Amino acid sequence: MSEMDALMKSTCEWLRGKGDSSDIVMSSRMRLARNIQGYPFTHRLAKDEAEDLIEMTESAVKHSSHLKDSWFLRHKNLSSLDKQFLLERHLISYDLASCKTDMAVCVSKNEAAAIMVLEEDHLRIQVLQSGFSLREAWEIINRIDSDMEQEVPYSFHQVLGYLTACPTNVGTGLRASCMMHLPALVMTKQVNKILQALAKLNLASRGMYGEGTQPSGNFFQFSNQITLGQKEEEIIDSLEKVIKQIVDHEREARQALISKKREKLEDHVWRGLGVLKSARYISSKETTAHLSMVRLGVDLGIIKGLDFQKMNELFIFIQPSHLQRKCNRILSSAERDSERASLLRRELKSVELI
Amino acid sequence: MLCNVCGKNESTIHLTEIVNSQMVELHLCEACAQEKGSELKPQLSLNDLLSDISDVSGILGPQKKEVMECPSCHLTYEEFGKSGRLGCPNCYEAFIKPLYLLIKRIQKDTQHIGKRPAKAPKEPGPRVNMRDLRDRLRKSIQMEAFEEAAQLRDQITQLEKKMKKGGEGNV
Repeated sequence: MSEMDALMKSTCEWLRGKGDSSDIVMSSRMRLARNIQGYPFTHRLAKDEAEDLIEMTESAVKHSSHLKDSWFLRHKNLSSLDKQFLLERHLISYDLASCKTDMAVCVSKNEAAAIMVLEEDHLRIQVLQSGFSLREAWEIINRIDSDMEQEVPYSFHQVLGYLTACPTNVGTGLRASCMMHLPALVMTKQVNKILQALAKLNLASRGMYGEGTQPSGNFFQFSNQITLGQKEEEIIDSLEKVIKQIVDHEREARQALISKKREKLEDHVWRGLGVLKSARYISSKETTAHLSMVRLGVDLGIIKGLDFQKMNELFIFIQPSHLQRKCNRILSSAERDSERASLLRRELKSVELI
Repeated sequence: MLCNVCGKNESTIHLTEIVNSQMVELHLCEACAQEKGSELKPQLSLNDLLSDISDVSGILGPQKKEVMECPSCHLTYEEFGKSGRLGCPNCYEAFIKPLYLLIKRIQKDTQHIGKRPAKAPKEPGPRVNMRDLRDRLRKSIQMEAFEEAAQLRDQITQLEKKMKKGGEGNV
């Protein structure tokens, strides 16, 4: 399928490794939950209603100045491998990837914006930006949302705001989040304290792939919980302040490791690189753990000759569906482990072990 | 590390959960994890939580035993309690009383003050005033401006009375 091949070759905007504090904040994400007036929520839609909504959204997207050039992918044209691939690229949620009923996804050419159609809510608009850039992400998503609103009437309540299938999203429908790489806080065993403090501040922590996933590779996603009773800007402001603090803590922890435990730190980093450069079979879990150490090594200037974008892309390209799409066939688990190992050896060839 | 359940196999699945603001770590081998499978689905916890706090029996009292149902989509409040998902936008009006209490617990306030669709009327409604007043009251107490605080308190009581007369339909 041509769109999928194009996606495979394109570079995700949010993996560029550019932007503020991008050594620690890998990406910033905004999502808005919206429902179209006059229809039940997704889980209670009749088949023809679901089709109506997908068509309405497709036509709205075509009229939108921000999304008119985007890809619109429909359920019937997506294999389960395709959906897994979109999930690995953070373009759709785990729920939507495993959904068996009608759905669609709209993806902008640089993958910075996407709309999941018929997820828990009719529309889940998302914007992903590289680095710590919540405000830019909000500006973009706000414009897309206003564009869409011209074409499809949203369910809106005078008091409760945008109505959503779950009352945890009602009001602004906004979930703002940052994906953070916190290896030093994990190594210095401070991360649990941070997670506990965040829970008290009504912020949620999740793993790399959002709701219901466990942290891997020292990546954590932090987001607001409250969606009603605060303006969007207030929500973003308070999240921004907390993220800034976590960035500072991670920086301090990294400096502490360098000054007090430099040899141990370098041992982790070089061993990680050593395994990735030499393995013949390697699981995605083991790869992610070592890549996390290598990324830290790149950030701290211990490892040279590997740019941030390539580094970030590796976390995604070693995932199962990306490997299978590259090989153009379904691979068994053992074949994937071997394919992953050779990809890593190829990509890391120019990086020298000293 | 060995599996916490069977204590024989090497654990490959590591879970961290926050229970009563305490971190609980669980290490499982693949076989035990599969057996425990359904228990460990993290999505369940949100729904359990919702059904737990959306329990209406206490709120409505024993005399009101009839089933609450949305007239538009026929979802019952009990079904919402189980799934954590409402059936349609009209459910918000149909279940307004218990939902209001639920929303009060999980959100910061019950009045949306953020973005509005360009087509929606701009009138903010009385609850915005209430929020403003409460904010000002809090600030005046912090600044120890007690005279102003007393005035604000009276205004809030008046507004509350007015809103009760106007009915909860405004919520």
